[in-house]
Amino acid sequence: MELSCKHVWSHISGYIDDSVTEQLREEIERHLENCEVCSAVLDSTRNIIVLTADDRVFELPVGFSERLHERLAEVMESPGSDLEKE
Amino acid sequence: MTAGTPTAAKERNERELIARILSGEKDLFHDLIRPYERMLYLTAYSIVKNETDAEECAQDAVINAYRNLARFRGDSKFSTWLVTIVVNEARQKLRKAKRAKEDSLDETIEGEDKEFTPAPLTDWREIPSEALERKELRETLRKAVDALPDIYRQVFTLRDLQEMNVAETAGALGVNENIVKVRLHRARMMLQKTLAPYLRSSGVPARKGFWGRMPWS
Repeated sequence: MELSCKHVWSHISGYIDDSVTEQLREEIERHLENCEVCSAVLDSTRNIIVLTADDRVFELPVGFSERLHERLAEVMESPGSDLEKE
Repeated sequence: MTAGTPTAAKERNERELIARILSGEKDLFHDLIRPYERMLYLTAYSIVKNETDAEECAQDAVINAYRNLARFRGDSKFSTWLVTIVVNEARQKLRKAKRAKEDSLDETIEGEDKEFTPAPLTDWREIPSEALERKELRETLRKAVDALPDIYRQVFTLRDLQEMNVAETAGALGVNENIVKVRLHRARMMLQKTLAPYLRSSGVPARKGFWGRMPWS
């Protein structure tokens, strides 16, 4: 059976995560071989995921780590900070 | 075979660290959480959408985790336990700031019949990671993620930015796995729709052919 472009789009995410069935994967791949639009949609989606996941896009605020460990150290040193026992 | 994998080794080290912390070497807690700083911040940010609040939530979560470490059961991963704590901290903060509308929102946005279509293109030139040297590109990507509806942004952050698996994401957000998959799909499609046409026409240096043909085609 020939898949429509819409059908392929509805499974793009599952296809990228390799969570579609073997049969569906084969059908999608057959469709991709002959469909420039769906190939470009898949490629651009993958590309966008890779770019947004890059550490440089969402950076920690400057000094985040220092402030975190400072506050933690204060809590640890404060009276009654012993770890809760069960 | 899992005993020899890096993940298994990491989990073993963490269990050892936790045991030592609980038996008195509490300073080691600093080392225990160091690998998760980014995860804590990004998760909180995906919920509160504000740098100052996200940082405070991350700190509160760490302190909460420290105080309750004895309650951590080895049956889940430490990272999963930690992410659940930060999600709760962030949601509490959000609730204080405004009435939480998430539950009702879920119903309205998640109508099954709603179609999410990508931007149709006929050709995609890969944007290589080196292009991220450009501040403008980083900002564009950040804004597009920030602009996603809350429930989609949260799933996208955990799954694609932090590479948590479906089960972990579902557990942390308190939704079922199918909802995680649906929301992730929609988040990705929305990003493709807003970003692909922009990236294509913005003069961002592209590389022809890298993703151009799938290796199996």
